Amino acid sequence: MIGRHFISFVVLALFVVGCTQPQDVEPLPGKDVTVVRGAGATFPNPLYGKWIDEYAVDHPNVRIEYESIGSGEGTKLFLNQLVDFGASDAALTDEQMEGIDRGVQLVPATAGCVTIVYNVDGVPSGLKLPREVYTDIFLDKIRWWNDPKIQDANPDLELPRLPIAVVARQDGSGTTFAFTKHLATISDEWAKGPGAGKEIDWPGGAMLAAGNAGVATRVSRVPGGIGYVEFGLADRIGLTIASLENKAGNFVTPSGATGMETLKNAPLPENLRAFFPDPEGETSYPIATYTWLLLYKDYSESPEVGKELKAFVNWCLTDGQRFSEDLGYIRLAPEIAEKAVTALESIKL
Amino acid sequence: MELETASEISRPPSAFQRTSDRVFRAVSLLFAWATILVVLYIVWEIGGQSVPALEQYGFGFLTGQTWDPNREQYGILPEIWGTMYSSLLALLIGTVFGVAVAIFLNEGYLGGATYGILKLFGVHLHPVYSRLPSALENLLKNLVELLAAIPSVVYGLWGIFVVIPLIRPACNWLHENMEWFPLFSTPLSGPGMLPASLVLAIMILPTIAAISRDALVAVPPKLREASYGLGATRWETLLAVILPTAAGGIFGAVVLAFGRALGETMALAMLVGNANRISVSLFSPGNTLAALLANNFAEAGGDETKVAVLMYAGLVLMAITLLVNMFGAFILQRSTAGLKGLN
Repeated sequence: MIGRHFISFVVLALFVVGCTQPQDVEPLPGKDVTVVRGAGATFPNPLYGKWIDEYAVDHPNVRIEYESIGSGEGTKLFLNQLVDFGASDAALTDEQMEGIDRGVQLVPATAGCVTIVYNVDGVPSGLKLPREVYTDIFLDKIRWWNDPKIQDANPDLELPRLPIAVVARQDGSGTTFAFTKHLATISDEWAKGPGAGKEIDWPGGAMLAAGNAGVATRVSRVPGGIGYVEFGLADRIGLTIASLENKAGNFVTPSGATGMETLKNAPLPENLRAFFPDPEGETSYPIATYTWLLLYKDYSESPEVGKELKAFVNWCLTDGQRFSEDLGYIRLAPEIAEKAVTALESIKL
Repeated sequence: MELETASEISRPPSAFQRTSDRVFRAVSLLFAWATILVVLYIVWEIGGQSVPALEQYGFGFLTGQTWDPNREQYGILPEIWGTMYSSLLALLIGTVFGVAVAIFLNEGYLGGATYGILKLFGVHLHPVYSRLPSALENLLKNLVELLAAIPSVVYGLWGIFVVIPLIRPACNWLHENMEWFPLFSTPLSGPGMLPASLVLAIMILPTIAAISRDALVAVPPKLREASYGLGATRWETLLAVILPTAAGGIFGAVVLAFGRALGETMALAMLVGNANRISVSLFSPGNTLAALLANNFAEAGGDETKVAVLMYAGLVLMAITLLVNMFGAFILQRSTAGLKGLN
């Protein structure tokens, strides 16, 4: 019980921290400090935060500010040119990119798994969920944890008769995008019903919470809760994580290695934008996504900002990648990082 | 000195006094109008911004049940339902306790009991201890009113960490044994209508208690004395004379508290579960208009349709709250007007 309360407290603290916008506690930027402002996805926020802190140590002349407000809102700010860079797990559509006269360069920054987390007393991590079962849970068709369909997949577990409480994201989210895109790919019923998007109408009226941390908090506070959050966060705060059935029919637990496997089976095209809603491979984890930094192609209006931003992103793609695994993200393959660096160089100052 | 003041009164007002008088009157009038104008401006602004949504969704917005930004389909019936459901439930609980507190404080129950205890020790005429009965009543009254000073978000946290774990076993027991009863038809997984309403009831308790107490104070002592004089017991006096006389004021208190419950945001956003569904069950999660606005405005940002839709929802909430408040003020006014003749 103490453990449960502690987890809830940690999650809640994370949530509160997540809700707090970065404040200007440092002295106001003088002439020699360049401020680069960005906003977007909550999915990679722990990693971006780490990058910003690490980068700041050697670069006192730059201050990178990142507001983790969700892919939906980050994309809007970026499209309205209110930030220097955006971040989104859903990248941008061609249509959105054409709308910007300065041009857009997508740069994959890292990748991560979207995990299904649950809170059922006595059931440890690794509950096996076949594809139709987790689709049916989110379609509100399976409503009890001891449903024969779940029980059959986990003969060695004794599942309690506990109602399933689905928790989803209420804000426009790239995590939702990756998750629903996967569901829509593996299930016709999902594709025709709720569909895929950053914000959807959840079947059966799921409980909604803000941000990855919000969903994690809600699941940890609700017995019988189930939700989807980014792997790093789920792992760090010790939520129980399900093993999902992949396309090859194997049950895979998310981890750096299985995520790597997923990425290997999904090449990136020239525009560096690719989704793999249902990846091939024997040991690929089924729900993973790249997350992108959204940059403008032309920073000639504020070359100073552009220069520092380029240097920072370049550092993230090279030196910064070593922080990925510790925080539960998937390190970019060297050839992809290389491609991204090349793309970065094409940005005009 | 005395002569001077006396003569000042008898003198006609000087030019300065007359001017300052006029200026003061003008400034008062200005501020009074400014208040009204600010309200009108807010209504106008929100109304203006909601025009696109009004045109696009019209009346169907109030009866629709989907909230799907992806397909730009919006309806707020679940939120209207949730707002009314949680407020009425809170009102039911809050009224019972609030009126009880008001009676307890005003009808001398606490004072009487304290006096009895003091008398037992023979100190009821002591210069210090004899003040205890009224001091205790005062303390309790202030404590109840202090409930209104606790920030909404603290109530929300308290609800999450205390109320929900506390009531969950009982609620789930009810659900398992009486599932056929519509109010218990779903289990309580965590956030839901009942915990939200319980916390909301505590939040509106001070409003009900304070205004009900005022209504009870306004009951002329003559009536009470007459009732006792006719041989009625305390219980009979209370139920047959005092409460009916104060009923108008108490009803006004309830309606004002209803207005407050409708607009309460933060605690509900944390406790109601934010689920877009309509359910009669006490334990089902739901959503309210205020929580919907609080949760969605932060990231409505550049999406004009969504802003318009949220403004429309805000307008609906304002209309409901305004109607309820006007109704409450009207009742309150009627009831106090009726009592004037009795004094």
